[in-house]
Amino acid sequence: MGVDIRVENLNAWYGPVHTLHDVNLHIPANHATALIGPSGCGKSTFVRCLNRMHETNPAARAEGKVLMGELDIYKDATPVEIRRRVGMVFQRPNPFPTMSIYDNVASGLKLNGFRKKRVLDEVVERSLRQAALWDEVKDDLKKKSGASISGGQQQRLCIARALAVDPEVLLMDEPASALDPVSTAKIEDLIFKLKSQYTIVIVTHNMQQAARVAENTGFFLMGKLVEFAATTKIFTNPSDKRTEDYITGRFG
Amino acid sequence: MSALPVRSRYVASFVTLRRSVTNNLVTGVAIVSTALVLVPLVAILGYLLYKGASSLNLAFFTHVPVPVGDPGGGMANAIVGSAAILGLASLLGIPLGIGAGVYLAEYARGTWMGAAVRFTADVLNGVPSIVMGLAAYSLIVAKQQHFSGLAGGVALAIMMVPTVARTTEEMLATVPNPIREAALGLGIPKWRTVLSVSLRTASPGIITGCMLAFARVAGETAPLLFTAFGNQFWSFDLNQPIAALPLQIYVYALSPYDEWHRLAWAGALVLIVMIMASVTLVRIFANRGALKGGH
Ligand SMILES: Nc1ncnc2c1ncn2[C@@H]1O[C@H](COP(=O)(O)OP(=O)(O)OP(=O)(O)O)[C@@H](O)[C@H]1O
Ligand SMILES: [Mg+2]
Repeated sequence: MGVDIRVENLNAWYGPVHTLHDVNLHIPANHATALIGPSGCGKSTFVRCLNRMHETNPAARAEGKVLMGELDIYKDATPVEIRRRVGMVFQRPNPFPTMSIYDNVASGLKLNGFRKKRVLDEVVERSLRQAALWDEVKDDLKKKSGASISGGQQQRLCIARALAVDPEVLLMDEPASALDPVSTAKIEDLIFKLKSQYTIVIVTHNMQQAARVAENTGFFLMGKLVEFAATTKIFTNPSDKRTEDYITGRFG
Repeated sequence: MSALPVRSRYVASFVTLRRSVTNNLVTGVAIVSTALVLVPLVAILGYLLYKGASSLNLAFFTHVPVPVGDPGGGMANAIVGSAAILGLASLLGIPLGIGAGVYLAEYARGTWMGAAVRFTADVLNGVPSIVMGLAAYSLIVAKQQHFSGLAGGVALAIMMVPTVARTTEEMLATVPNPIREAALGLGIPKWRTVLSVSLRTASPGIITGCMLAFARVAGETAPLLFTAFGNQFWSFDLNQPIAALPLQIYVYALSPYDEWHRLAWAGALVLIVMIMASVTLVRIFANRGALKGGH
């Protein structure tokens, strides 16, 4: 089951550069939430703060509160615990090149010490089916490297890999930016199906996509969350002038 | 092309011509350089074969050296001794070197400590091999009051560490960061990410580095002179003086006897074939599990 996320006064830096300014927001459980905004406005930085990936960069720093349900992720848990519960699909596909397709999907379980073959087989098939990749790779599962398939297939592989560990929250940073329209539609279907069980946060440059999959949408601009509201409201009747300018294509 | 005006067609064909000339030139230079590298290698091998092969027989691989004047004899003990010393050196040097490389690449990036370790490794790399022998002599031989294969193995291990450490570091640096992030993002602990993702992705290069280090120390004589010392008889005890091919070759080559000179050539041939065989074996072994379309 998904869990809600409450962000309070979140600030983030890369070295001296202040990238996120006082972000406050409530992401409801078992819904899809879209984040939009021009390039460089801090969307990736924001989602990376939600699973504590931001701090893997030695120069980076974050301050503020992120509550996952009751859990303060920066106080009450280790990064490793948080990342097991908050899965992530990155902006660019990053399969493990030395592992087979099967091992890529199973990696989250295997590398955490889980070894039961029968369960792994099941999880791999289920996750690949969820990511709409099963039919294309089922004959090469253990023969082909994760890096040997097409970019779009790689991205779906990365989604399957994230799903295999059964997270409660799924962060997707422009998951469809490298995909063709057919694969994109598959991913959107997937998000639609998944959001009854997971809390999904999806960063996207594609406003139609946000409108199609997400109940709520947040608009970021220069490191600030300008507006956060129901997706229909953001796209039809935004309260902030800057949001309106952005969605009508007047800048960004 | 045919639709272009005459002038630009002329320019276009000139550009095409220049490109193809440049292309052929660069290809030619590459081929010539390859040949220049291969010629001495093949020449050395050929000369070794010519000088050494005639003295190779079964006895060479099964018998220990005999006194001057006696016919026959071989280097069986030196072959085994070399294998033992090199095995020990690899067992000590490779894990240590890889460990240091991992520390440099994954934990100490940009730190003061990392810079110090890196600098030390580079200096160590430039230290003459005889000095390594002296170090092992004063560390082990002088303390134990006797020569030993162990001391020889340690001397060679110390020589392997900097090469292995620096190649490991450089190979790990070529592993794209998003791949590490993928592992960390799945909630895989850092140590596990380093072992199963970073090291595994970089392993072809790291194996090459280890093989280079191995091949380099396999032919070393100086560090063994006052550590392993050499032995005319069978010995399987690493705590005792032990024979080694480079030592045996050294002794035989400097002797005034023709028979011993021939054996020295044969020994050199065996040494180089042994090195090539181990490198090839490791390559085959390392490639066994490779996947279609990996790298
Ligand atoms: N590793 C980094 N080191 C230093 N600065 C960074 C780093 N990553 C991002 N930044 C800076 O932080 C700001 C926000 O970047 P971020 O990647 O979060 O933007 P984004 O909204 O995801 O953009 P895009 O839509 O192009 O992916 C940018 O100004 C960027 O230059
Ligand atoms: Mg981004």
